[in-house]
Amino acid sequence: MENFWVRLIFEFVLADLSTICFGILLNIPRRAYHYAGAIGGASWAFYWAVYYQLHLGLALSNLLAAIMIGVLSMAAARWQKMPMIIFNVPALVPLVPGGQAYKMVRSFVLGSNGTALVYLYQVLVIAGAITLGFGLGDLINRLLFSEHHLRNR
Amino acid sequence: MKVESKDKKNLAITACLLAGRLLIENGSNMERVNDTMRRMALSAQLQNFEAFTTMTAIVASAEHLPNAQVIDIHQRKLNLNKVAAVNSLSRQFAAREIDVETLYAKLQKVDQQPQQTSDFVQCVAAGVLSWALTIVYTGNVHDSLFAAVIALVSYQVYLTLGKHSKARFVNEFCASLVIALLTVGFVRLHWANDVNDIIIGCVMPLVPGVPLTNAARDLMSGDLISGTSRAVEATLTAIAIGCAIVFVLRYV
Repeated sequence: MENFWVRLIFEFVLADLSTICFGILLNIPRRAYHYAGAIGGASWAFYWAVYYQLHLGLALSNLLAAIMIGVLSMAAARWQKMPMIIFNVPALVPLVPGGQAYKMVRSFVLGSNGTALVYLYQVLVIAGAITLGFGLGDLINRLLFSEHHLRNR
Repeated sequence: MKVESKDKKNLAITACLLAGRLLIENGSNMERVNDTMRRMALSAQLQNFEAFTTMTAIVASAEHLPNAQVIDIHQRKLNLNKVAAVNSLSRQFAAREIDVETLYAKLQKVDQQPQQTSDFVQCVAAGVLSWALTIVYTGNVHDSLFAAVIALVSYQVYLTLGKHSKARFVNEFCASLVIALLTVGFVRLHWANDVNDIIIGCVMPLVPGVPLTNAARDLMSGDLISGTSRAVEATLTAIAIGCAIVFVLRYV
């Protein structure tokens, strides 16, 4: 169990670091680095716990992580009075199905179409789950925060 | 209507258009663009403000003035700092802290603003990003160091080509080509172990995150035209990256 927490913190730190770096590539304002990094790290650590430890499956894990990104980004956007996009785009980076997309293309080229279709399915599931998760996160935000507050995002 | 107030109204429409252009250019989602422009028009006391926003141009009119104004958008730079700056200016304008003239002057200043981080810092950030994500995805600590170096070099290639070439997707293609060639080279030299682990980490800085997220959000909020065009942009970028890597893996 102790090993689990060490791993969780390890995953958090690395995801936090990568989120901040992607934020630098996108030129987000300097004072947003820490918040975006924390959101990215927390959602990836959550995804890691749900997918690799609880084995809840690809779709649900991505959906929950995307909802988490959406809700946390809106909270940070309202609190810091900055646009939401500054927080949710960098935070999404660890979840992007880059690895699966790469393996899909590779399998197609090397002629193993069966493996490629498996990865294609994974890419579609992840992309769909993240899109739906952002939509649901938006809905939750609208329910949590009144219209008046949303106007100030 | 007095000439003076008409001038002021024209200036207000121009400021709205400039704000809209800055937001679209730097990767904001359409709902925010429309929302900001409408809010600015409201604060400038423009009646009947209407705007038609697409990824490549904005048309706006107000007050039933005879001519609608158009602004052309021909580049996308993804500088989210400018989105934040426009956002805070719009907030100040709505709170009546600045008037239309100051707003327009400040928006022009935001337009001229240089990048806040130097190219070298960006390349280092790309390297660290690839290093961290290679470990997160694969747990391969030894190869992650090579991933960092390769990502640093390829991002420099990406930035340099982006400055010199007007063609889209070519810089992503060339940067991925560099990634794949260097990776295969390092593995052939037996310095690094796994081609797949390195490439997965290295392509992450090039992933079209902003168009992807915006495509999803635009489609969700009903802006079908910009949603689909952004989805196409993201897909083409992904294909450019994929093609370059496949090319090397197949023939080298």
